Amino acid sequence: MLEKNASGRATSVGAVKAAASFFRSRWVLIFLVLEIVFFCFRSEGFANLSSMQMLLYYGVLVFLLATAELFVIITGGIDLSLGYILGFASIISIKVITRLGAMGLDPGLSILIGVAVTLVLGLIPGLVNGALVAYLKVPSFIATFAMLGVCHGVSELIINGVYAMGLPKLAADIGSGHLLYIAPGGGTTFFQRPVVNRGAVVIEIIPNIVVVTAVIVIIFAFVLARTKFGRHVYALGGNMDAAIRAGIPVKRRLLGVYAIASLLASVAGVVYALMYVSGKADAGASLVMDSIAAVVIGGASMFGGSGTMGRTMVGALIIAVLDMGLRMAGIPTFDKYILVGVILILAVIMERYVKERE
Amino acid sequence: MSYLLETKDITKRFGGLTAVDHVSLGLKRGEALALLGDNGAGKSTLIKIISGVHKPDEGEIFIDGKKARIESPIDALAAGIETIYQDLALAENLDVGANIFLGRERMKRSLGVLKVLDDKSMREEAQKVLDRLDIEIPSLKKTIRTLSGGQRQSVAISRSIYWDAKVLIMDEPTAALGVSEQKKVLDLVRTLKDQGIGIILISHQMYDIFEVADRLAVMRRGVKVGERIVKDTTPDEVVSLMVGSETVGKER
Repeated sequence: MLEKNASGRATSVGAVKAAASFFRSRWVLIFLVLEIVFFCFRSEGFANLSSMQMLLYYGVLVFLLATAELFVIITGGIDLSLGYILGFASIISIKVITRLGAMGLDPGLSILIGVAVTLVLGLIPGLVNGALVAYLKVPSFIATFAMLGVCHGVSELIINGVYAMGLPKLAADIGSGHLLYIAPGGGTTFFQRPVVNRGAVVIEIIPNIVVVTAVIVIIFAFVLARTKFGRHVYALGGNMDAAIRAGIPVKRRLLGVYAIASLLASVAGVVYALMYVSGKADAGASLVMDSIAAVVIGGASMFGGSGTMGRTMVGALIIAVLDMGLRMAGIPTFDKYILVGVILILAVIMERYVKERE
Repeated sequence: MSYLLETKDITKRFGGLTAVDHVSLGLKRGEALALLGDNGAGKSTLIKIISGVHKPDEGEIFIDGKKARIESPIDALAAGIETIYQDLALAENLDVGANIFLGRERMKRSLGVLKVLDDKSMREEAQKVLDRLDIEIPSLKKTIRTLSGGQRQSVAISRSIYWDAKVLIMDEPTAALGVSEQKKVLDLVRTLKDQGIGIILISHQMYDIFEVADRLAVMRRGVKVGERIVKDTTPDEVVSLMVGSETVGKER
C-alpha cells in the first residue's frame, strides 16, 4: 500500500516535471498563443480573416529583417545598419523606377529593372560590412554602426531630406494586391481584383508581399538548416578556431553572411516602397530593434552559434501581433516600443532560466 | 624497418636561444612515444615543428622513409600528422557527426537538384569510426556541449582517425579529465596503437606514460638527453634524466 502510494507520487512528480520541461522549452510559442488569445478578446475585430492577413502584411518588414539579422547573430555578430539599408533601398528603387518611367519605359519593365538595380546596389553596404568584419577585424557593432550613418546620410542626400515618391499605379497595385480574390457568386481571380457591383463584397486572400516574404523566409530557412553554407555559419559562431582548423573559409563565409543580410534588407526596402508608395531614409529605423528583438526572443544567443529560423519567426510574430493588436485597440505605437523592450528582457531572463534548468 | 615518422637533427633557434638542438627521433607504426621534459625543455617547439606551426632552421622530417616538406599546418595534415590540442577544436554547438565532417560535409541530392547536408550518412559514418575505436557516445544527435571532457577528446581523436591520420600528437590528453575518463583515454590510446597509428604523447603524468607508452624520449634545454624503452626503465630514472642529476636514482 505504502509502496503503491510512493510510486504513484513518483509518477505524478515525473509527469509534472515532464510537463514543466515541455512548457519551458516551448514558452515562446505559448507566449505567442496567449498573446493572440488576449488580443482576440481585447481588440475589437482582431479575430477575423482580414485582420490576421493585415497582421502578416504589416509584419513582412520585421520577418525579412529578422531573417537577415538571424544569420548575422548566429555568427556572433550584430548588424545595426539593416534598418537604414532598408531606407536606402526604398529610395533607390523609387528613384530608378520613376527615372525609367520618365524615359518612357513601360511601368512593368521599369519596376522589374528598378528592383534588380536596387538589389545589386543593396549588396554593397553588406559587402563593405562583411569586408570590415572578416578581413579588417573591425567589431561588427562598430562596422555596421558606421554603415548605419553612411546609409542614412547618402539616402538623405539623394532625396534632399524629404521623401522619394511618384511610383506608377502598377507598383501600388502590386504592393497592396492579393494573390487571390473571391467574389461570392462571381467566381475567383488571381492577382486581379474582379470588377463587381458597388457595395458587393470581395474576399481577398493572402497579400502578394506576404507570399513573396514567405517564399524568401523558406528559402533562407533551407539555406541555414540544410546547406553547407548554413552549417558553416553555425560552426563559425560556435567556435571560430575550430572552423578555421577544419579548413572552412571563414572570411568568405562572414562576407557572405553580411551580404545576405544586406540583400534581405534591400528586399525589405523594395517591399516598403511597394507598400507605402514612398521611400524615406529612416523607413526602417525602428525595425532594427524589432528584428534583433525577434531573433533574441526566438532564443538565439548574442554570443553566436545558436538560433533557428522557426523560432525567430515566432519571435517576429510576437512583435507583429503586438503591433497589430495595439493598433486595433487604439493604443499608440509608443506603447509598443516599451512592450517590445520589456518582452526582450523577459526573453533573455527566461532563456537563462531554461538553460540552467536543463 | 623504416620509421613511420622520423626527425633528423631538428634545430630551431629563437634569437639567441636554441629551443631545439639537433633532435633526432623515430616513431614506428603502432607505437606510442612519450616526450618528456621540464617546462621550457623544447617539447612544445619540437611538436610545433612536426605539426607545421614552426619551420625548423635545420634538420629534416621523414614520413615512411621519404623526406617530407612540412611548412604549414596544412602540409602536416595532408601528410597524416594530426595534433589533438587541449582546447580540442570542436564546435560545441554542433553534433558529433557534424563535427567529424566539419569543413568536409557530406552532401546528397534532394529532389534531384538541390544539394543538401546528408546528416544521416554523416552520423552513420561517425558511428562506424566510434565503434572501430570502442568509443561509446550515448547519442550522436546531441551537441558536443552536452558531452564530458573525455567524450569530447574521443570525438576529436575519431575525427583525426576518420580522415586518415597516421601520426597523432596528443598534448596532455588526460590533464583535464576525471579518473575514470583518464582510464578511457588511455584505453583509446591502446586501441589506436593496435590499429597501427603512431602516437606522440606529451604528458607530465608518469602513470600515463608507464601505462601506454612503448618508448620515451627526455628533453632538457632543447637537447634530447635520453631515450629509453619504457619497460626497461623506472620513473626514478626518468625524473633524473629530466632534472639532469643522474644521481637521483642512485641515492635512493
